[in-house]
Amino acid sequence: MTAYTADEMMAVAAARRLQDGMVCFVGIGLPSTAANLARRVHAPGCVLVYESGTIGAKPHRLPLSIGDGELAETADAVVSVPEMFGYWLQGGRIDVGFLGAAQIDRFGNLNSTVIGDYDSPKVRLPGGGGAPEIATGVRDVFVLLRQAPRAFVERLDFLTSVGDRVRVVVTDLGVLEPRDGELTLTFVHPSASVEQAREATGWTLRVADDVQVSDPPTTRELLALRALEAA
Amino acid sequence: MAELLTLAEAVSKHVRDGDVVALEGFTHLIPNAAGHELIRQGRRELTLVRMTPDLVYDQLIGMGCARKLVFSWGGNPGVGSLHRLRDAVEHDWPVPLELEEHSHAGMAAAWAAGAANLPFGIVRGYSRTDLPRHTRVRRVTCPFTGEELAAVAAHRPDVGIVHAQQADGAGNVQLWGIAGVQKETVLASARSIVTVEEIVDVLEPRPGAIVLPSWVVDAVACVPGGARPSYAHGYYERDNDFYVAWDAISRDRDTFTEWMREHVLEVVTA
Repeated sequence: MTAYTADEMMAVAAARRLQDGMVCFVGIGLPSTAANLARRVHAPGCVLVYESGTIGAKPHRLPLSIGDGELAETADAVVSVPEMFGYWLQGGRIDVGFLGAAQIDRFGNLNSTVIGDYDSPKVRLPGGGGAPEIATGVRDVFVLLRQAPRAFVERLDFLTSVGDRVRVVVTDLGVLEPRDGELTLTFVHPSASVEQAREATGWTLRVADDVQVSDPPTTRELLALRALEAA
Repeated sequence: MAELLTLAEAVSKHVRDGDVVALEGFTHLIPNAAGHELIRQGRRELTLVRMTPDLVYDQLIGMGCARKLVFSWGGNPGVGSLHRLRDAVEHDWPVPLELEEHSHAGMAAAWAAGAANLPFGIVRGYSRTDLPRHTRVRRVTCPFTGEELAAVAAHRPDVGIVHAQQADGAGNVQLWGIAGVQKETVLASARSIVTVEEIVDVLEPRPGAIVLPSWVVDAVACVPGGARPSYAHGYYERDNDFYVAWDAISRDRDTFTEWMREHVLEVVTA
C-alpha cells in the first residue's frame, strides 16, 4: 500500500460519499478536489456546479477560483449569479453542497464570518458567501474541516450557516454523522484513533458504538488524486 | 447614449467623494483598472458595494478610499485573507471601515431588485443565523402562503462600474463568459461606466452573451487589459500567480504602500 497524507485521506473519504449522477454545489479547495476526484474514480456522471454560474463544469485541472475560465469553457450552461442562487439553488435543483468553515458546533452549525466579537474581531474571516443559502437550499450538506479544538467548538463565535441538513462531516481524523441530532464519530481514519478525535474536539465527542475504521485510499484513488493535483 | 471617454475622464466625470460605488465582476471581468483610477484620483469616503471584494477592493480600502463596505465574501479566492480589509476592520487602518454584510444569495437578490426598480429582493435565507443583526434584512410574510421570508434592501448605487470584452463605436456593450451581476449592476445604478478590451466596428453575436444597449450606459472607456489580474474570456487568462503573490505584498502596510505607489499611483494613463 502506498503512503498517503491526512489531506489525501480526507479528499478520498469525501469523494466516496458522492454518487454517480448527483448534482453537487462545489466550493474551492478540498471540496473541489473531492468532487473532481469522484468524477474520475467512481462517479463520472456527477454534475459539478460552481457558484460563479457554471453548471456541469468538467475541469481538467483543479481551479484556483470558483470562476476560472476553464469552468465556463467546459460547462453545460453558464448562468448569471442571481439565476444561480435563485433558479438553481433556491429552486431546489442541487442534491449536495460542500461547505467548509472556521468553526463547527455539535449540531453542524457553521461559522465562516468572524473569530471573536463581530464589532472588534480577533480574526475577520472572509464571510458567508454562498454558504448560508447552500446550507438550507441543498438536500444534503457535506462538511470538510480539519479537526482541532479551535475549530470544533462548544459555542460558535458567529452563526453563519445552520446545520439542519449536515449529513456528514469529513475530517483529517475521521467521519462524523448526526445521530439523534448530535454529530457522532462513526469512522476513524486508519492513521488516527478515537482518542485523537476526542482530543481534537472542543465538546465531549459522542462516539458511535459501531464506530468503524475507514478504508485507506486505494491505489486507483491516490493515482487519480495526484494526477488531478499535478495537472 | 454612452459617451466614449478615457478612463480618467469617465471617473472624473461620474464618481464623486462620498458616492455609493459598485465595481462588480464575479471572478471574471473584474474592473481592476477602474479601481486603480479611483485611487489615483484620490476618491474618499466611498461606500463600496461588491459581492466578492477581492484584490481591487483590498487596494481601495488600503489606500483609504472607503468608509463602508457592502459585501458577501471578502477573501482572496483560493489563497486566503484580504490583509488590507482585515487591517481596516481589525485595526481601523488606514481609516475605520463600516461593514454591511450579506450572503451571496442576498446580494444577488438585492442587485436584481435594484435593476427592477423594486425596494427589496426576497430570499429564503438568513433565518436563524447571526447575519440579520449586522445587515439590512427584515422578515416579510408571503401574502399568499404565510411563509416567512427575508427581504433584502435593493442596491441602488450612485455609480456602477463593470468591465466587458467589447463595445461598438456607438457605445453598445457586449460581454460573455461568466456574467456575474454586471448587467444588474449597470441597470441598478444611477450612473454607469463600462471599461472594455476593445472598440469594434460591429458586435458579433456570441453564445450566452449579454448586450447592454448604449442608452443604459453613461460612459465607455477602452482599457485593454483592464481586468488584470482577473481575466477577460477570449482575451487573456486569470493571473493566478499574482493572486498568490498578493498575499505577501498586502500583508505588510509598508510593502503594500510601496507596491501601490510603484504600480498604481505613478502609472501615467491615457
